[in-house]
Amino acid sequence: MRQDLSFHNYKRVYVWELPVRFYHWLNVLCVLVLGITGWLIGRPPGLTSLPEAYQQQWFGTIRFVHFVTGYVFLFNFLFRLYWGFVGNRYARWNQFIPSTRRRVNEMVEVIKVDVLQTRIRGIIRIGHNMLAGVIYFVTFWVFLFQAVTGFALYSGMSDSWIGRMCAWVVPVFGGDAVVRQWHHAMLWFYVVFTLVHVYLVAYHDYVEGRGTASSMVGGWKFEREDLLGH
Amino acid sequence: MKDPGRTLWQALQEKGYSRREFLQFCAVTAASLGLKASAIGAVVEAFEKKPRPPVVWLHFQECTCCSESFIRASHPIVADALLDVISLDYMETLMAAAGHQAEKSLADTLKAYDGKYILLVEGSVPTGGDGVYCTIGGRTAIAILEEAAKGAAGVVAWGNCASYGCIQAAHPNPTGATPIDKLLRRTVVNVPGCPPIADVMMAVVSHILVFGRLPDLDGQGRPKEFYGRRVHDTCYRRPYYDAGMFVEAFDDERARKGCCLYRMGCRGPVTYNACSVSRWNGGVSYPIQSGHGCIGCSENGFWDKGPFYQHLSSFPGFGIESTADTVGLALGAGVAVGVAAHAVATNIRKRSLIAENRQESVVAREPSDDKKVQP
Repeated sequence: MRQDLSFHNYKRVYVWELPVRFYHWLNVLCVLVLGITGWLIGRPPGLTSLPEAYQQQWFGTIRFVHFVTGYVFLFNFLFRLYWGFVGNRYARWNQFIPSTRRRVNEMVEVIKVDVLQTRIRGIIRIGHNMLAGVIYFVTFWVFLFQAVTGFALYSGMSDSWIGRMCAWVVPVFGGDAVVRQWHHAMLWFYVVFTLVHVYLVAYHDYVEGRGTASSMVGGWKFEREDLLGH
Repeated sequence: MKDPGRTLWQALQEKGYSRREFLQFCAVTAASLGLKASAIGAVVEAFEKKPRPPVVWLHFQECTCCSESFIRASHPIVADALLDVISLDYMETLMAAAGHQAEKSLADTLKAYDGKYILLVEGSVPTGGDGVYCTIGGRTAIAILEEAAKGAAGVVAWGNCASYGCIQAAHPNPTGATPIDKLLRRTVVNVPGCPPIADVMMAVVSHILVFGRLPDLDGQGRPKEFYGRRVHDTCYRRPYYDAGMFVEAFDDERARKGCCLYRMGCRGPVTYNACSVSRWNGGVSYPIQSGHGCIGCSENGFWDKGPFYQHLSSFPGFGIESTADTVGLALGAGVAVGVAAHAVATNIRKRSLIAENRQESVVAREPSDDKKVQP
């Protein structure tokens, strides 16, 4: 009978340390600001009033905000990479790489549970589940791609050493226009990622009731006592 | 063949130029090379004392607009200096010789000045079909280029064709048109543009003559002094860009006012060239000044980055009109629909699990109002 099995004791687990949560929300802010300003830079709206050019600077300001946020985004990202080496076991770099048979199985299991909506059979880790880990690993590469292409474009208008370090990208792509094209296209990766990410957090919280959504605020998740040994 | 042992100054004197005109030319050259005033002396000295190197100018897949631009350089001496006075031993458009005589002249120059002549190449080289798409005097362009480049002191690629392949190399590139720096295993100075600015071409050659070495090049082989900045950076319409005042149609109020052409597809922000500094035809104007956006003619593959009147290029594989945003929007909408469908499916397929979770919920006891707190 189902009822006999159903009552479980849950334990609190401190999963996301403060630096991880701080990184997450700062990253959210950066992505939002970069996305909105980036969209406006790519497709500036037409304004109806016609003052003289010296009376306003709004487009310049938007670009300035984009560049400053780009720096914040990059250093925040670099900090997260660093934390992947010194943080707790849930923040470790190896959480993002399906290196063992067991991890690959877990990834398949999560796909079954999340997409095909079967029942959970195996054990899904309490930190990033393995599928989420792999997807975040992909996002890290996209973060890097956006940072490098962004600073490569920036190198044309700045003496920033980060820009200079990324300038080699331009000849590889074959010119600023191509770099800009890809930098712009990747905006849609963030849109799609955010949709899926926010939905899946809500989904897991709703279906499992383990505090997935609130964990990024307080750091706590809940795990069945009988599964904690794993 | 004109005697290349003479100096430029000697040759100019014979042409009837005065000392004053010669010094003006030297000052213009020094200025366009970005030299400080005290370095004008070095330019004068170079042109007075250094023997003029022989120049070979090859034409392959091109339209001769580079040559046309070149002979319209703003300073009158330039055309004379580089096309007539400097020993231009082989240039199909301007040389007097023809046929076997011309081919012999080329062969003689390559032999007599081995390791000394400057090779200027206009046009891309087709590599498809063993190079048959461009043959001169019965030889393929690739064979001529390889032979001529072997003994050249320096190689300059004129224009977008020689630098990047230009329109011949645009998709699907039927002749396999190839930029020359991809064919030669040596440094090539790329002077892109369709055509390049005459004064820039003049200055590149002058740089080689004055300093006896190639100018500093950037990552794409372009001289930094002329291709270090974007057209956008020195555009006189730039204040309108920063103010966010954009032309939205070629006949609107803002177009009349001379606002920024960014939204009309201007490629100025992604194009490295000196147009907005030196301008064209002796400093008269440049495309943006004439009310049309830059089409990025000095950038790699600019023909394939259309449409020219659209800020974002079309996205490969999704038709001419679809930009990254069209594709992205469709993708985003698709995902949103998928997520919504998934949410519905969750409530159906996982209803027993959700019910189970609810059963697990413990009824928390409210703090009782009856019990008196004992003091």
